[in-house]
Amino acid sequence: MSFSRKSLGIPYAVFLLIFVAAPLIVLVFYAFTNGQGQFTMHNLSSFFSDPNTLGTLFYSFAIACVTTAVCLLLAYPVAYILAMSTIPAKSVVLMLFVLPMWINFSLRITALKEILNVLEGNLAMHPFLNAVIGMTYDFLPFMILPLFTTISKLDGALREAAMDLGADSLRTFLQITLPLSVPGIISGVSMVFLPAMTNYVVLDMLYNSTYIMGSLIGSYFAAYNWHGGSMISLILLALICLFTLLTGGGEEETARGGALL
Amino acid sequence: MENKDTIIELRSITKEFEDGFKAVDDFNLEVKRGEFVTFLGPSGCGKTTTLRMIAGLDVPTSGDILLNGKSLIGLPPYKRPINTVFQRYALFPHMNVYQNIAFGLRQKKVPKDVIDRKVTRVLDLVDLEGFEERGIHTLSGGQQQRIAIARALVNEPEILLLDEPLGALDLKMRKEMQLELKNMHDRLGITFIYVTHDQEEALTMSDKIVVMNEGKTQQIGTPEDIYNEPQNAFVADFIGESNIFNGVMTGHLRARFCGGEFACVDDYEEGTHITAVVRPEDVEITAPEKGTIVGTVDSVIFKGMHYEITVVSGRNEMVIQTVHNANVGDRVGMRVDPENIHVMLAEDHTNQFYADINKDFRLEFNGHHLDTSLTKIIRGSRRLEDGRIVDSSGETIEPSRIRILVSIQPDDIDMTDDQDKGLIQGTISNLIYKGDHYSYVIHTELEQDFVVNDEYLWNMDDRVSLMMPVDKMKFSLRRK
Repeated sequence: MSFSRKSLGIPYAVFLLIFVAAPLIVLVFYAFTNGQGQFTMHNLSSFFSDPNTLGTLFYSFAIACVTTAVCLLLAYPVAYILAMSTIPAKSVVLMLFVLPMWINFSLRITALKEILNVLEGNLAMHPFLNAVIGMTYDFLPFMILPLFTTISKLDGALREAAMDLGADSLRTFLQITLPLSVPGIISGVSMVFLPAMTNYVVLDMLYNSTYIMGSLIGSYFAAYNWHGGSMISLILLALICLFTLLTGGGEEETARGGALL
Repeated sequence: MENKDTIIELRSITKEFEDGFKAVDDFNLEVKRGEFVTFLGPSGCGKTTTLRMIAGLDVPTSGDILLNGKSLIGLPPYKRPINTVFQRYALFPHMNVYQNIAFGLRQKKVPKDVIDRKVTRVLDLVDLEGFEERGIHTLSGGQQQRIAIARALVNEPEILLLDEPLGALDLKMRKEMQLELKNMHDRLGITFIYVTHDQEEALTMSDKIVVMNEGKTQQIGTPEDIYNEPQNAFVADFIGESNIFNGVMTGHLRARFCGGEFACVDDYEEGTHITAVVRPEDVEITAPEKGTIVGTVDSVIFKGMHYEITVVSGRNEMVIQTVHNANVGDRVGMRVDPENIHVMLAEDHTNQFYADINKDFRLEFNGHHLDTSLTKIIRGSRRLEDGRIVDSSGETIEPSRIRILVSIQPDDIDMTDDQDKGLIQGTISNLIYKGDHYSYVIHTELEQDFVVNDEYLWNMDDRVSLMMPVDKMKFSLRRK
């Protein structure tokens, strides 16, 4: 038998089958069946009729929105200044922002918890604020990197052309740099927004008793309610797909940013 | 008083970068309203930097730029009535053709209907009617070029700057655009300042050419002046093809170079060192006995319109362009009409030669080791642990891709009888008494002439060795 290039793809196909396709089929199967294995829409309807689950969805959405916005507002100036600067140690400074990611996640959050404890006294008093602070701390590099990559790649001649044509620095930024860095913004947002909806470990570790989508799924599974948990996962998946479809593109930037980590 | 016709004047403009590199050195220029001026020179000669200083994108270290008699220094680019066509167009990729062209007018808050009218008119001017809604990426290189020109012209600038605008186009497209640009210039009456390294482009389009090298102006003049009366060897070499010889005046309107004595029309005092320039198309091939000099045909290349024939005569080479064929190995005579020999004063007698780079990145000349290395010569370069040498921007320097030009003044070379003491040996082929010293021309074993000043008298045909101290040498980097 001759060795063809196609056979190189076999391991990948097997991987996809076992770790992507199969779980997805199981997920869909569980989401639309009950304990007896019969088809049902009950899981779907109960999610949208239960004020608690809906409330959690909106609460998660709010946390994710605020976290993303804060990350964007913090990351853009950092990425912009770094990308525009001519300092030779640029990559070192960038590394300083990425460095926390190399420290164990639980250690980081525990340290943050101690700091917040000192500042706030009782952590339970500000669950929403703490969730946003924790997640911003955790996800900020994911916003900085794609933005930095996108802004660095912008052709400096475009800014010069804008200035040459009569635009001052502010107008040049608003009309040239900002619109052209949108792909970076999109990939940064998609890398922060979706984890922020589900990453309940951050909340747990900050002694936060509020529920986000991730905690909700976890609680269903913890109670052996595979069917309800699967349905919520599926709804999240649908939301993610919708979001990706709406924003389109940005994947290239994500990949590049990811490579830096 | 300010000359009314002068639109822009550059006064002793100097640009020195942070690392001490002088990109532009004491640049002076006056441009008349409506002129087509071209900055011409090899890459790195400072022509683009000069253009950027006019645009306001770079700030001169010293000197003044006057537009209509008023200084532009301190005025940001967006406040100057000057627009630029950038080298790679720099069109805004997120905007369509209309938005790109309208960009400048929108900054000035021009009413929408006026913008519409002007965009239509300028698109008409660059022959791209109806392209308003097209995306930038759907356009060919030539079309993008036209849009870039339209985007600048629509603002009706007092001066249009063009930074190698045709560099990215193929040859045929380039010729077309050259003509179109020239036509546009004639029709609009706007002053054009054009940057190129292509001498043919400069000669075709310009009213006035500024030849630059290493940050300095070499010559300013009309294309005819520059071509026919180059002021120095660099200009002669850069503009068109030239045979350039070092020589000496041997009498009234007589010069000796290339192993022969030629009649010429430029008069200098007898004994003056000169540089003689002969264009390849001005050399006439004759029968051996009728030529001023005689040589052997070394190579013949067919170039379509003519043959390019290289003739070796003694230690010199003459390149000739002629419609008549010749055979390699033929013995031929060569003569040049006196008015076709351009004789100029050898502006200085700096001796120049290329040093070799050995595998240890050290410099050698004629088999002798020079006590210096690449890292000392190239600003900001350093040697990495893996043995490579990188420049200040971190790019690897490939020793096989560069040459090191060594310059040394005649006063800094010493002559000795001891043949082994110097870097190179030769015989004295010329000597002139200059009042307090003698100026010698030494013809070396590498077929190269060195000029040496010495207070002692040596004789013609004396065999000497030349001692050149490394600390008196100046090095410059040349790409192969």
